[in-house]
Amino acid sequence: MNKRLIPLIVFLVLAVFFAIGLTKNPREVPSPFIDKPAPAFRLPEVGNPGKTFGPEEMRGQVWMLNVWAPWCVSCRQEHGVLMQLQAQGVKLVGLNWKDKEREAAALLARLGSPYLSTVDDLDGRVGIDYGVTGTPETFVIDKGGIIRFKQTGPISEEVWKEKLEPMLKELAR
Amino acid sequence: MIPEIGHFALILALLLALVQSVLPLIGAQTGNARFLAVARPAAQAQFLFVVLAYACLVTAFLQNDFSVRNVALNSFSQLPAVYRFTASWGSHEGSMLLWALILAFWTMAVSVLSRRLPEDMVARVIGIMGLISVGFIAFLLFTSNPFDRLLPAPPDGRDLNPLLQDPGMVLHPPMLYMGYVGFSVTFAFAIAALLSGKLDAAWARWSRPWTTVAWTFLTMGIALGSWWAYIELGWGGWWFWDPTENASFMPWLAGTALIHSLAVTEKRGVFKSWTVLLAITAFSLSLLGTFLVRSGVLSSVHAFATDPARGAFILGFLALVIGGSLLLYALRAPTMLGSARFAAYSRESLLLANNVVLVSALGSVLLGTLYPLFLDALGMGKISVGAPYFNAVFVPLMVPVLFLMAVGPLTRWKGASLPDIVVRLRLAFAVAVVAAVAVPLAAGEFKPWVALGVGLAVWIVYGVALGFTDRLKHGSNLLALPRGFWGMQLAHLSMAFGIVGIALVSGYESQRNVKMAVGDTAQLAGYTFTFKGTEAYEGPNFHAARGHLVVKSASGSEFTLRPEKRLYNAGGMPMTEAGINYGVLRDIYVAMGEEIEPQVWTISLFYKPFIDWLWFAAALMALGGALAASDRRYRIALKDKATA
Repeated sequence: MNKRLIPLIVFLVLAVFFAIGLTKNPREVPSPFIDKPAPAFRLPEVGNPGKTFGPEEMRGQVWMLNVWAPWCVSCRQEHGVLMQLQAQGVKLVGLNWKDKEREAAALLARLGSPYLSTVDDLDGRVGIDYGVTGTPETFVIDKGGIIRFKQTGPISEEVWKEKLEPMLKELAR
Repeated sequence: MIPEIGHFALILALLLALVQSVLPLIGAQTGNARFLAVARPAAQAQFLFVVLAYACLVTAFLQNDFSVRNVALNSFSQLPAVYRFTASWGSHEGSMLLWALILAFWTMAVSVLSRRLPEDMVARVIGIMGLISVGFIAFLLFTSNPFDRLLPAPPDGRDLNPLLQDPGMVLHPPMLYMGYVGFSVTFAFAIAALLSGKLDAAWARWSRPWTTVAWTFLTMGIALGSWWAYIELGWGGWWFWDPTENASFMPWLAGTALIHSLAVTEKRGVFKSWTVLLAITAFSLSLLGTFLVRSGVLSSVHAFATDPARGAFILGFLALVIGGSLLLYALRAPTMLGSARFAAYSRESLLLANNVVLVSALGSVLLGTLYPLFLDALGMGKISVGAPYFNAVFVPLMVPVLFLMAVGPLTRWKGASLPDIVVRLRLAFAVAVVAAVAVPLAAGEFKPWVALGVGLAVWIVYGVALGFTDRLKHGSNLLALPRGFWGMQLAHLSMAFGIVGIALVSGYESQRNVKMAVGDTAQLAGYTFTFKGTEAYEGPNFHAARGHLVVKSASGSEFTLRPEKRLYNAGGMPMTEAGINYGVLRDIYVAMGEEIEPQVWTISLFYKPFIDWLWFAAALMALGGALAASDRRYRIALKDKATA
C-alpha cells in the first residue's frame, strides 16, 4: 500500500468519530436533582399581591417549573412556545429568577402569561436549591412531586416534540 | 440599516471569494494569463468587503443596537466602550467573522508581498486561500449570521460574558487567530506546490517567513490566553490542558516542527514531502481546533452556544479541505526524499529527530484531547482527560527536544563528528548537572523534576552561548550577525527561561485557603497577610467588594493587595479579580472567595515563584520569531520587488 495514504486514512477515521460525536451532547450530564423530590419553597406570586405558591399545591399533577427572568433574551425566545403549550393545557409554573428591576408583572401583562402562576425568587435562593445555573431552565415534575427531567436552555418546538411531550404523556399515565 | 449593509457586504465578499478562487486556479492549470491576473484584485476587493462587514458589526455593538441578536446576547448598555468593541468577537458569530476577516487580511498581504513570485504560483496560493474564504463566509451566512435581527428588540442586552471583560482578552483572540489563520498561507503554498509539481527550495524559502510570522502571533496569542487565565480565573493556574487550550497548542507544536523542517528543506533540499505534510497538518489542526470549539463535540470552559447544524457544516468543510489536501498529498507528493545525502550524525539528522519527537508530543496531546470523544462515540461512557495524563506523557517527550536544542545549532549540515561535539559540550553537561543539584537544594527541597528542568535550562543557555562565540570567532560582531541567527538563538534561549519558570512554579508554589475576619493575619511562604476589610465600589457595569490586604515579607518590606469580588449587573454572575504583586522571583497572588459572615471572607493566598519567567519567555520567543521573519534575505526580496 502507498505509505502516503496513511495520513488520509488517519484523518478519515478521525472524521468518522467526529461525525458520531456530533450526534452526542457532552453537556448532557445528568442533573443530581433528577429522581429526587422537588425542593419545597413558598414564594409570593408575581402580579397577585398577598398570594403565595408552593410546589406541594401541584401534587397529583404532572407539571413543569420554568425558571426565567425578564432580562433573559432566550426566555423571550421561548415565550412563544410556552404560550402554545399553555393553550394545549400544559401546566407551567414560572420561577421569576432574580428580577431586581421588578419588570415581570408588567411584561407578562403585555406579552401574556403562559403560567398557572409565577413566583418571585428575588434573591435567587430557590434557584440555588434547584441547582439553577442560568435561565431558562425547565424542570419536569411528576404527580408524586419528583423531578424527572431538566431542560437546560430554551424549549424550542423540537425540544418539545422530541423530548418533553413524550415524557409528559408517559408521566400522565 | 447598518447591519443590513454588513450582511450585504458579506454576501458580496462571498461572491468575490468565489471569483478569487475559481478563475485563478483555472488560469494556473490552463495558462490563461487573464484569469491569473484576477487573483490579486479579487483578493483585495474581498478583503475590503469583509472589512466593511466587520465595521458594520462593530458599529452595531458601539451603538448598542440590541435589535441585532448578536449584540443583544453579548453586549450591555453599561458595558464600557472598549469591551463593546471586543464583544464583537466575543460571540460565536463574531469570532467566526473575525476568522474570515483575518483570513482575508492574510490573503491581501500575500497579494501585496508576492511580486517576485511566479504568477501561476501566486494565483494558486490566492485561489486556495479564496476557497477557504468561501467556506468560512458561507458558514457565516448560512449557519451563523452575525447580523440576524431580534424583533422586537429587547430593552437591554445580556452583557458580554464577564470572564471576557479583561484586558488580556482584548488582544488574545486577534493574536490567536492571526496565528491560526496565518498557517493558511503556508498551507496554500504547500498545496500550490503540490498542484504545480514544483516542490523545490524556492517554495521552502517563500514559505519560511510566513510560517514564522504566523507562529510568532500564535505564540503571543497562547501566552496572552495563559496570562488571562492566571489573572481572571482566580485559581492561580496558568495552563489547564483544557480542550480549547490544546486546540491552540497543537497547531503551535506542528508549526514549531514545520519551522525546523522548512529550514532543512530550504538549505538542503531534503524532507520535502515531510515538510509538505507538516504544512498541511499545521493548518488542518487550526481548522480542527475551530471545529472542536465551535461544534460543541467537546465541552470546555469556552462554552459558546452549540448547534449541530454548525458542527455538521464545519465537519463537511473539514472533510473537503483536509481530506482533499491529504488525497492530493497521497497522489502528488514526491516519491524521492531528495537527492542530497547526509550523515547519521548531522544537523539534518538532529532536526529530523526534533521533528519526530515534536510530532509524537503533538500526537499525545491530540490523543488526550480526543480520547473522551472516542469513548463517548463508542458508547463507553463519559470521561475527561485531565492534567495528570498530559503531564505524564507530554512532559517526558519534551525532554529530548530540549536536550537536542543545545546540540543542533552547533552541529554542521551534511555530517559532523560526534566525538567533537561531546568534547565541546562536556563542560556544559557538567555545569548543568551541578546546577540541577544545587538549585533545588538551595531552594530548600530537592525535587527531581525541578532538577531536570534547571539542568536542561542551563544546558540550553550554554549551547546558545557557544553558538554566539562560534560566530564571533569568525570575525563578525554581534550586531552584524544575521537576524535569522539572532531569532533562532533568542527563541531557544526563551525556552530556558520558560523551563525555569515552569519547573520552579510547579515545584515550589504554595497555597492556603483561609477564613479571615477584619484584622486577622495568615502566614504563607514567609509572608504575613493582614486582612483590613472590604469596601464596596461601583464599576461601570458591576458592583464589587474590594478587599484590602497588607502583606509583609520576611525582610520587612510591605505592600498592599486589592483583590475584588465582582457581581455583574446584567447576569448576576460573580467574578473574582485577583490581587497580584508581581516580582522577578515570585508573585504574591490573592483571590477573594465568599463572604460567609458580614466582613468575614474566605480568601485564597498563593505564592508563585518564578511564574513571571513564563510570560517573559513568551515575549522573548515572539521577539525571536519577529527577528527571524525580518531577516535580511527576506527584506532583500521585498526591496527587489519595490525597484522592479
